[in-house]
Amino acid sequence: MKHLTEEQLVLYYYREGEELADVEEHMACCDACRAACQDLESALRQVEAPVPERGEDYGSQVWQRLRPRLEQRRFWTWPRWALAGGMAALVVGAFLAGRFGPRPVVQPPQPIAQPVRERILLVAVGDHLERSQMVLLELVNAKGNGKVDISEEQQRAQDLIAANRLYRQTAARSSQPGVASVLEELERFLLEIAHGPSEFSTNRLEEIRSRIEAEGILFKVRIIDSRILEREKSNAQS
Amino acid sequence: MEDSERAAIEQARAGDGEAFRVLVEQHSRAVFRLAYRMTGNEQDAEDMVQETFLRAYRQIGRFDSRSKFSTWLCRIATNCSLDLLRTRQRRRELDSSAAPSPVADEPAPDRLVLSQQVQQKVAAALAELSPAERATFVLRHFEGVSIGEISRVLGRPNGATRHSVFRAVQKLRRALECVR
Repeated sequence: MKHLTEEQLVLYYYREGEELADVEEHMACCDACRAACQDLESALRQVEAPVPERGEDYGSQVWQRLRPRLEQRRFWTWPRWALAGGMAALVVGAFLAGRFGPRPVVQPPQPIAQPVRERILLVAVGDHLERSQMVLLELVNAKGNGKVDISEEQQRAQDLIAANRLYRQTAARSSQPGVASVLEELERFLLEIAHGPSEFSTNRLEEIRSRIEAEGILFKVRIIDSRILEREKSNAQS
Repeated sequence: MEDSERAAIEQARAGDGEAFRVLVEQHSRAVFRLAYRMTGNEQDAEDMVQETFLRAYRQIGRFDSRSKFSTWLCRIATNCSLDLLRTRQRRRELDSSAAPSPVADEPAPDRLVLSQQVQQKVAAALAELSPAERATFVLRHFEGVSIGEISRVLGRPNGATRHSVFRAVQKLRRALECVR
């Protein structure tokens, strides 16, 4: 066996990986790798992240703050939805007004207006995709015996629909058919979740899970999201 | 799982909000510890504790009683914190002049007792990790969660999780090199 790679050493430190037995065998007879491992161990031993102390009564303090929120859950349903849709409308509206709106005859010089608008839109769409991913992921990971309550995901899907529609239309108008198409697929899932029953049987959940996997929607959303992140980065650098 | 915890879960499932209090009181400190390590900031960690229990309360009907309640909460807290880290990363990239994370600049007094320089380097390096790297590293290094379990929590392939842990370790080692 050749010397261990850095990645193998890290896995060995955490006692992980399929090759653990081979790595242990190699370690027993290789001084160089043992030394590299000791070096890694001494570095990682320094990696502490002290956490501020919380007293014995911390749990009851958390509960005191939490209880009113549990009671107000229903109250917040409508404003949260309105806020999400309203924010998306503002972002998209500002973007479109700049891109497609009538130009004044005499325009004061505003060299950074367009890039800033695009960056705001990218950040908003990126946030939206992250939130959508979480809803899909939680459905994929949901477990239950017989029936599964998906009312939480349903609420969050409902919150995301209006924003998704606006971003999809904006992407289509901005000649980004790839993004528009993924957002369209995403919207179908969001609509199905939001308008379906709040309890899924395990069979129904399995069916949705298989479709999410078969259609690769999570993968597509991640790809678009990482492309957006790349564009955000390059925009921020320029 | 203790009997009192099992009973509280069953009652909370049946809609008893007060029963949920027992679970909150039992697990708050562990959730705070995880959230603090994920976010690197006390106020954000407090917000994540609230958000975690709020989501847990709404989703308690789907908790599989064969699993550990603490593991289930850990999954929710990780996902809440990841949401926040990703949003924060985007904001930071939008505002390229943003200051570094408060953890790097404002170490808590008790941190000064430890090796201040090392701790500051670690905090700053953790703040520079991508959300996925930070989440996987915190879960693997501090919480002792296996790579397989982290992959399930984050919905990522094992290889991607392994790579994130490796990248995080590399970055932290690099950051610590100058103080060794």
